[in-house]
Amino acid sequence: MPPPRTRETTSALRHRLAELRGPDVPAKALDARALAALAANPGCKRRALLDGAGVNKTVLADALGSPSAFGQSQFAFMRGNAFEARVKADGGAELLRLVHERLDPSAEPPSGAAVPDLAAMGPEGRAARTALALREATEGGGWALLDHPMLALEVAGSPAFLEPDAVVVHPDGTWTVVEIKSFPMLDGSADPAKVGAAARQSAVYVLALEDVAARLDQVPRVRHRVLLVCPKDFTNLPTAAVVDVRKQRAVTRRQLTRLTRIEEIADALPPGTCFAPDLPPEQLTAAVELLPATYAPECLAACELAFHCRARARREGAVTSLGRSARAELGGLTTVDDVLAAAHGTAGDPDDPAVAALRRAARLRAEALSAAGYGAGAALPDRAGAVPEGAPCR
Amino acid sequence: MSLITTLARLEAVSTGRARPTATVRHRHLSERPLVFVPLTTAGEAGAPLGALVGTDRDAPRLLVVPQPRDRDLRFAFLAELADVVLPYVEAYADAVEAAERTETDPETGKRVKVEVDLCADAPQLIVPSRAGADFVRLLGRSMRFRRTAEQDPGTPHPAPPRVPLLGRWLTHFGERARVPGSSLLLALTDLLSRHWATGQSGVEDQHLGSLLAWIDPPAGESGDAAARRAELARDADGQLLCPPAGPATDPAFDNKLLAPAIEAYDRARTALAAAEDGAEADDRFGALTAAEQRIRDLVESRTRPTWDAVWHGIDLLRALPEGAHVPDRWTRDRWSFTAHRDRITAGEPPQPRVDDAVTAANKLAAREREQARLDAQEALDDPLVMAGRRLAGEAFAGEVTDVVMAYSEGRRPSPRPLVTVRTEDLPHLGERTKVYRSLEGKPQAAEFVAQEGDGDGGALLVLRVLDKMGRGKEPEPGSVPEKGDRVCFTLFEHDQRGGPKLPDPEETPWTHGGPPGDPDAVPQPDPLTEEDVL
Repeated sequence: MPPPRTRETTSALRHRLAELRGPDVPAKALDARALAALAANPGCKRRALLDGAGVNKTVLADALGSPSAFGQSQFAFMRGNAFEARVKADGGAELLRLVHERLDPSAEPPSGAAVPDLAAMGPEGRAARTALALREATEGGGWALLDHPMLALEVAGSPAFLEPDAVVVHPDGTWTVVEIKSFPMLDGSADPAKVGAAARQSAVYVLALEDVAARLDQVPRVRHRVLLVCPKDFTNLPTAAVVDVRKQRAVTRRQLTRLTRIEEIADALPPGTCFAPDLPPEQLTAAVELLPATYAPECLAACELAFHCRARARREGAVTSLGRSARAELGGLTTVDDVLAAAHGTAGDPDDPAVAALRRAARLRAEALSAAGYGAGAALPDRAGAVPEGAPCR
Repeated sequence: MSLITTLARLEAVSTGRARPTATVRHRHLSERPLVFVPLTTAGEAGAPLGALVGTDRDAPRLLVVPQPRDRDLRFAFLAELADVVLPYVEAYADAVEAAERTETDPETGKRVKVEVDLCADAPQLIVPSRAGADFVRLLGRSMRFRRTAEQDPGTPHPAPPRVPLLGRWLTHFGERARVPGSSLLLALTDLLSRHWATGQSGVEDQHLGSLLAWIDPPAGESGDAAARRAELARDADGQLLCPPAGPATDPAFDNKLLAPAIEAYDRARTALAAAEDGAEADDRFGALTAAEQRIRDLVESRTRPTWDAVWHGIDLLRALPEGAHVPDRWTRDRWSFTAHRDRITAGEPPQPRVDDAVTAANKLAAREREQARLDAQEALDDPLVMAGRRLAGEAFAGEVTDVVMAYSEGRRPSPRPLVTVRTEDLPHLGERTKVYRSLEGKPQAAEFVAQEGDGDGGALLVLRVLDKMGRGKEPEPGSVPEKGDRVCFTLFEHDQRGGPKLPDPEETPWTHGGPPGDPDAVPQPDPLTEEDVL
């Protein structure tokens, strides 16, 4: 974790970030999903600063003219809420039963578990209330269920508030993160991509809980095995699986500490830079351009600005827009024109192994294509079969 | 992604059109495939919203579930789907030809040839994308354990008669699709990206509309611009011009169009149920029909563009000549189809939820073997794929510069000619590495003897030919390359041998969980809950 900051520098930074956000624009809280995605692309300064400053990237992307395509269907939303409500019904009896059965079968059965009230004003208030409830529950020595607690985690110099679905305190004083998802667990297995995302998200909660735990006199242990609760097969009944998040926790922790410090990025910006969405688009684009981005196709699944960055990367002919693996193969050549020039022998050092391999690849490819009757410049195969008129998506 | 494919992608970026990564078609395409374009309800595991299905590109059958949470309406949808899919599948089950198969005789333990039926052709299911193939698997899983009223008169929500059978077939299609090179169930995006490289990343190639835009952009437009339009362009109401190929729908469509339409349908249904007399009921029935028609129109508007896109993609693929080994792999698909047909005829229970250890190990071994076979066959069929293997040092091509006759030592000397090949490729050859070339469709083996530079950037490789030269002292004509011939040798084998045989499931060792439970036990249906699907 970054070293503690003094009160003055923190408030100065907060002031600076508010300026960047624009007058009267409220900060958008970082959530665990955004954090996990941030850790997936730690080198991107654009994302680090905009997220750290609490800029609403969805609104920003709209203002830049490349709206993001994230949205949730109300069907999925309703289903998710209804499932979570069902899991937590009756004071979380079913949820606690699952925790007891899967994680702590030797403990006493969880009947009459404490469900503390965590309501408070504002995220800071809720986080303080949660910390208090956690301490009381741990000292109380019994089962306790914290429904939607609020945790604070310092990320790149600014606090992020996180809201796990639930945290369970065991009778032995250990804490478990519970993640409730509405994708099904079919015959005991679920979509690996979705489970992976849930594990990364839970790892962030574990880190935040460890932060809270470290501040108590007797530091309680936060379990590194989280409980993933999903609907069973095609029903609406909950089932659970234990997910070990040690690896995700270690990765996230390491990446969070080496996240480019937003203070440094903010200092590098000229005075007067602002990302308020009501600015004219050219001004806004110029401001965003001041922040270096590292675009990769993975961003499309995680970042609201991905379409904007992708258009930029394409215009510059960056090879990464085809995927990170493409860049890895091409050595120091980073733009499409450079690579093609090197491949066709008009540029590049023939002793460079990447250039030599490219030339061999280009020669073999041209030879095979001409042998198969494709002209050297032919972009498309000879289409003998007639393609009907009115093809879709035009 | 190999460097040659990366290069093709870069060429696509600079020319604005997709570039070929194959010169022949590497998968079988049926004369009469069944195209299936499903849509599902967001957030629900087994709640289809609708589908277009059929074999006639001009007349797809539209199936719709006006209220996806209603179990009866879902069953009606599945029954209709069974009415389309099962007759199509069964039409192939009846036409058979005689074939031979080696089997182990249970009494003598000897390998004997038996005469069996092999279906002359097999059905082929084509879905738009990989997610569509997963959905076929999911539908199969959701149906195959259902009980009909005939099987179990006491079941609380009996499934329509042919639905469990459809589940078993869809499960089989879904399982077979996991075998590399198989063609019973094809995802069109995978098929197109196998044959063309676009100027975008693999993630973006999962979008059928943008993939097709790269391969066949409208006249005068670059692939890039057309692909972006297919991916992002929305109309005045904020709806995508090119709807996603599914089965997931666009959230904007769900929230703005579908949800109000389903609500209206629910209201009309409640009103009809509350109608007090016949005349009122007639009116309200009319309103219900109109509400249902509205949902049908919406589903059709989202599936029809994808339906047309799938056929467009099929046209593009049909224009490519078929690879030489494709019929061989399709025969394996026919065997797979025939075997499942026989299991159903024999009254065997549906595929289990989880495979036992022996079945799982067999499946895995089969997939690995088929992957190796596919890699070898694609390279042999297609010079462009072979170029990739040559670049990787797994094959080399060149001209024969010298042939010296030599013989093996021993009582009956056999011909072992030494062939010198001049190549500019850089194969990874060690001492006595075996290499293979294709001789009239059969692999001929040779071993590497020596290498010397030719002073011109290339290499002279001396190889000793080992087989396929006949039984005589002199090699049969044409079996040894001659000076001036162009040859291509591979370092990988052309044929795949099966691995060691696994024990019968009843003999599963305890290390692997022991023998499975009663093999004849009929799997229990999924338990039903009040709100089965929410």
